[in-house]
Amino acid sequence: MPSIVKPVAKHPSLPANKLGLTVRDYEGSMSTLCAGCGHDSITAAITRAFWELSVEPHMIAKLSGIGCSSKTPTYFVSGAHGFNSAHGRMPAIASGANAANRNLVYIGVSGDGDSLSIGLGQLSHAIRRNLNMLYVIENNGVYGLTKGQFSASADVGSKPKKGDPNQMSPIDPVTLAMSLGVTFAARAFSGDKEQLVPLLKAGLSHPGFALIDVISPCVTFNDHEGSTKSYLYSRQRLFHATEVDFVPEEDEIVATITPAGETPVRMHDGGTVRFTSTPEGYDPQSREKVYTYLQECQQRGVVPTGLLFRDPETRDMHVMNNSPEESLFNLPYEKLCPGSDALEKLQRNYR
Amino acid sequence: MKPTDIGNPDYFHKVVDCQWGCPAHTNVPEYIRLIALGRYTEAYLLNRQSNVFPGILGRTCDRPCEPACRRGRLDGKPVAICRLKRVAADLRDDVSDQIPKGAGGTNGKRIALIGAGPASLTVANDLAPLGYHITIFEKQNKPGGLMRTNIPSFRLPESVLADETGMILGMDGVDIFYNSPIRSMKELLGLGFDAIFVGTGAPRGKDLEIPGRHETDRIHIGIDWLESIAFGHVESIGERVLIIGVGNTAMDCCRSSRRLGGKDIKVMARRPRQFFKASPWELEDAEEEGIEILINHAPKRFVIENGKLTGMEFERLEWDAKAERSKVLDSIIIPCDDVILAIGQDNAFPWIERGIGIEFGKWDMPKVDEKTFQSTLPHVFFGGDAAFGPKNIIWAVEHGHQAAISIHNHCQGIPVADRPPQGQNLVSLKMGLSEWSYHNDFNPSQRQKMVHVDLEERFKRMNVEVELGFSAEQTAREVQRCLNCDVQTVFTAKKCIECDACIDICPVQCLTIGRDGEEAEVRGRLSAPATNTDQALYASEPLPHTKRLMLKDEDVCVHCGLCAERCPTSAWDMQKFELLTPLAGGEACTTSYSHA
Repeated sequence: MPSIVKPVAKHPSLPANKLGLTVRDYEGSMSTLCAGCGHDSITAAITRAFWELSVEPHMIAKLSGIGCSSKTPTYFVSGAHGFNSAHGRMPAIASGANAANRNLVYIGVSGDGDSLSIGLGQLSHAIRRNLNMLYVIENNGVYGLTKGQFSASADVGSKPKKGDPNQMSPIDPVTLAMSLGVTFAARAFSGDKEQLVPLLKAGLSHPGFALIDVISPCVTFNDHEGSTKSYLYSRQRLFHATEVDFVPEEDEIVATITPAGETPVRMHDGGTVRFTSTPEGYDPQSREKVYTYLQECQQRGVVPTGLLFRDPETRDMHVMNNSPEESLFNLPYEKLCPGSDALEKLQRNYR
Repeated sequence: MKPTDIGNPDYFHKVVDCQWGCPAHTNVPEYIRLIALGRYTEAYLLNRQSNVFPGILGRTCDRPCEPACRRGRLDGKPVAICRLKRVAADLRDDVSDQIPKGAGGTNGKRIALIGAGPASLTVANDLAPLGYHITIFEKQNKPGGLMRTNIPSFRLPESVLADETGMILGMDGVDIFYNSPIRSMKELLGLGFDAIFVGTGAPRGKDLEIPGRHETDRIHIGIDWLESIAFGHVESIGERVLIIGVGNTAMDCCRSSRRLGGKDIKVMARRPRQFFKASPWELEDAEEEGIEILINHAPKRFVIENGKLTGMEFERLEWDAKAERSKVLDSIIIPCDDVILAIGQDNAFPWIERGIGIEFGKWDMPKVDEKTFQSTLPHVFFGGDAAFGPKNIIWAVEHGHQAAISIHNHCQGIPVADRPPQGQNLVSLKMGLSEWSYHNDFNPSQRQKMVHVDLEERFKRMNVEVELGFSAEQTAREVQRCLNCDVQTVFTAKKCIECDACIDICPVQCLTIGRDGEEAEVRGRLSAPATNTDQALYASEPLPHTKRLMLKDEDVCVHCGLCAERCPTSAWDMQKFELLTPLAGGEACTTSYSHA
């Protein structure tokens, strides 16, 4: 826990985004997490993603529940709205906020405990609802705030710092989400920002529920030999199943991707994106194939990362509910609450 | 890239920009911390070890440290290092019992020093405590050399000069003969000294041979004129004065004129302002006193009417962008009563006979070795302006230190080329979790402005010191602007787990973990491009997990220590670097007074 505030000194050649802000304008308070926590790297990646997308800070809503992970929204974009909810209840708060104001950019930051134990029901229904938000799970396999007990994402055979290895089967948030109809599912590693930042940008821009499961080593309770979520283990077992970069919507560019090696494609801004082919037969738009692939990888003890699945036909909560384009909070009171006569009329339709 | 060799003292020394920029390598951050603690005496003594004249230099130094200061690259204004030095000198206690005593000339070797300026006095300071018997020959009746004759008393009070020269002249085994110009080197060689040091400065002001030069007595050579003021021979000047030249001597001449009766004073420059030789602060101080600086005027002739100087004719020039080529637009006559020439200085050695073993080279200058300061006659050494032409006081001091090492070697039968090496100490400042034994928070204060005596007050007498010095509040703010660049970020690759914590927290994007490559290419793909190639790139050994490198661009690191603070494995540590600088007769010695 640092004893000093981050110096206000800036690099003199720090670039500005479209809003004229530097990446430092998207920072939050100093982290009070343990030195070396993977969560802090994710915080840095989120800071960068928002900066690169030039999102106005006051148009961001950051939400969380309880846990080490849930502290982190404090550490990015001080100028954003925020809500720190009860344990596991962040999706309910996010749903309410999104229902009232659909024009904000919603990011929820949660952990494996908050999302896969106490908040599993909440998470499941937010996925079903296809709530338009980015949901980041900072997944370290342990309860860090209560001294490192195994969480629901701990792998079978993973060793704790002291005591016996885990025997219960883990919940994999990505396969779980796939089975619940998620329209955007990705996995990443806190130590690989080159992959994480584009995924975060894509997730923030996805019109629906975007889930990113980020392996984020707990440097204090789960970074030892025998751990399956340590820095070293992750670096050895993780591989990029897909290579993605986020490109804002523009006219279509058609390119043929060669089966092996890289294919460079020139983009609208003059930059070049290099495409690497996914494993043979991999189709990131086929729920069945991706599901099977993830099961195979789990059997082999390897962890594929990248944007694993995306449903282009996503229909979010507002589309399903046929809610107005205008945010509810902006509607005049008479329209939002048209009175008991109008209610009576509506109910008559269903009798 | 090769892993950076941090065992070489030069690497971390270069990170301490001020110390690297100082010819005498004064340990600036350390003395600023001592001032912050109110330990002025120790701050003074630490200064004195390397630069010998802290009180004088705290007022007059050319301060090569300040343009080098890292703070200037962050918020545009360097730490006011020079004026903080003056704080230490002004507020110190009596140090007479803490400076080296002379050893009374007990080693039997006799050294002659010619001139009692900063170079010679430094030689005396270094050699007298070792037992050498020092004899100084000074042509004036007071010590100080150009520090006395060329720096007006409104910038450097006589008392400060007397005090600091007195510390050396009071050493046991140091004799000085005043009013004793050396007129013949041959004669001096005959007196049997074991070594002779020539520290006679660059005493000859350049003349301007254009029509009218010798038809009046109202044209003065700048440095001679300043000297005449210093010794009370000149007490007035005409109301309209032209200064030719725009170096620091010109600034002293125009400001002195202002005090001796000059009312309409113009400094005439040949070239545009960005090509001026004078330090920016000296130009500002002159302009504050109502002195006008005219650019693009080339002297053509002195206008003499009836044997009297009435003005000067100039050609007005137009220069190209680099001020290399000019064309004449027209000419103009500017009326004046006096003209002062401040267009540079030359060395002059009419008193050194040719053919006695001291060889002369280009521009009739003696051949002097750049490292040892030895002439072609093995026991004759040169230093200060006498060695390589006009520089400044702090260079003269460093020449003195180096010449003292050479003289000592020469007298002890050690080859003069055997220079004692520099060393370094690196001490971790980690005290515990989140505790460091240095003040590591960044203070956003702006550079403090020196307060000057009111214009009216300062023109009443020649010796009213213009700068009041920093107040206690100003000092307290200015010391906190120092970034403690000597508290180094030291990296141990084998401890790194590549968690990125240091990279994420660094406020100035200094750090990157990246793959190896050629330095020029690596510089382009860091967290922030490292475009300042004067500043080093610190490259680690390959990291254990991925074989990538930890790369640090030293350019704008604020030494806040957050990388070390956020490092879970102490791969980064904050360690205080201390340069061990050898002086004559000693190993490289510690200069530290505080533990940060």
